[in-house]
Amino acid sequence: MILNYALDFAFLCFGLGLAMNLYRVFRAPGVPDRILALDTMVINVLALIVLYGVRTGSGVNFEAALLFAMTGFVSTVAYCKFVLRGDIIE
Amino acid sequence: MDLIVEYILAALLVIGGVFAIVGSFGLLKLPTTMQRLHAPTKATTIGVGSALIASMAYFWFYEDTVSWHELMITLFLFLTAPITANFIAKAQLHLAVKAEDLPPTGVGTQWATFDPEVEAVGPTLIHDREPD
Repeated sequence: MILNYALDFAFLCFGLGLAMNLYRVFRAPGVPDRILALDTMVINVLALIVLYGVRTGSGVNFEAALLFAMTGFVSTVAYCKFVLRGDIIE
Repeated sequence: MDLIVEYILAALLVIGGVFAIVGSFGLLKLPTTMQRLHAPTKATTIGVGSALIASMAYFWFYEDTVSWHELMITLFLFLTAPITANFIAKAQLHLAVKAEDLPPTGVGTQWATFDPEVEAVGPTLIHDREPD
């Protein structure tokens, strides 16, 4: 019973965090801030996928979460590499 | 017993949510980019970590299945979070600090991103401005 309320609270918190990150992606003072906001968005969406798996009681979503984490990591590194060197694979 | 497990799960979920929202709020509120780097890379990792532990315990106690995917995701996140933080900090250093202001490397070569041997074609210099 209380678990449902806690789950709702966690959904709300991660969703609000996602909205803040989205704002930071659009209004940021520099490129590294946008990259950081995108990385945090990936992490928040990961948590939302896991919480959705708890809500539905199925373990199908975890592969998606794992793949999403890998894609987010690679894309963050690619963005930073592009800022640092002007090229991703030299 | 069931009640204790439920309370522990609820506490984990609430702690994770609070940490996540604090991390994302720090991304908005902290003044400089290096300080903004600090907020999400620590707090959100703890937030996601406790949400993953809660999910694992949920499947353990309510569905009677042990799912190892959460442990893999946690391991992957804890491995990659320092790497991405380091990369973003290097990008920020590269964009906001001039080459002559950086401390000496102590070895024969320059800082890698300013090495004149390899011609970098990166974006132009952007200084650390206050967010509007």
